[in-house]
Amino acid sequence: MELIVNNIELIAFYLFAGIATAAALAVITVRNPVYAVLFLVLTFFSTACVWLLARAEFLAIVLVLVYVGAVMVLFLFVVMMLDVRTDKVREGFIRFLPVGVLVATAMLVQMIMMIGVQRLATLPLPAEVPEGYSSTEAVGMALFTDYILPFEIAALILTVAIIAAIALTLRRRPGTKHQDVGDQVRVDPASRLRMVSMRSEGKPGGKP
Amino acid sequence: MITLGHFLVFGALLFSIAVAGIFLNRKNVIILLMSIELLLLAVNVNFVGFSRFLDNIDGQVFVFFIMTVAAAEAAIGLAILVVLFRNRATINVAELDDMKG
Repeated sequence: MELIVNNIELIAFYLFAGIATAAALAVITVRNPVYAVLFLVLTFFSTACVWLLARAEFLAIVLVLVYVGAVMVLFLFVVMMLDVRTDKVREGFIRFLPVGVLVATAMLVQMIMMIGVQRLATLPLPAEVPEGYSSTEAVGMALFTDYILPFEIAALILTVAIIAAIALTLRRRPGTKHQDVGDQVRVDPASRLRMVSMRSEGKPGGKP
Repeated sequence: MITLGHFLVFGALLFSIAVAGIFLNRKNVIILLMSIELLLLAVNVNFVGFSRFLDNIDGQVFVFFIMTVAAAEAAIGLAILVVLFRNRATINVAELDDMKG
């Protein structure tokens, strides 16, 4: 019991990291793209929990809100809109399995050797955060002082992305009826109404 | 006690899985886009880990910018995918060889 209480952070880390890794494996192996998107949501969620353990609360919440809330819903929307035939798309999976696993394993081994887990384990942990410390406040201070120009550029990139996405997918179908407000405002009475001068017809039942 | 090594190994695992996903699902653009998201997530995990253990907030600011760019990339990538599907009625990479690349 003492052991669990002392290592509760480590246990939580292994739990969340394990779930995230397993879900990431499921993303690349499941047959149905809809399930792949849902497993990707699980990966992002577990990773957000891992980030909470690293005291990056603001980024963890942003990850859940932006990725799970927006990007993954967009993915799900597109996956469901496009009718993907899984059988055709899956061909080549078995053929590329050996080389994929080989490359991934080689990269993993290399990276873990580079990391030198044993030596980094001795890196001293920074002092515990003071009472009332907020990661949101710290990120905000850094963003709006040192990184104000990159922050503005990020806003610009997002705007360009919005315009690009709309410009790419917008299309005018021929034959659809829609309002043209400009034309409506610019309308000229002369083009709508024609005054015709003609003789009076007189009262009905009167003298012809 | 969690160490920096834990975060780096976790990031390396996610990165390797994503690379394997790019190899395995070469025919399916949607899974390829998801694998790219996983690659970026692995990089972000490393940034967050270093930010924690070097006690430097700049790492988290970088994660913020990477997430911005990743969101823009996903939006434009999916828009291109929708246009592609509308014009060709397929998202199979093997059939998209107009440019003879």
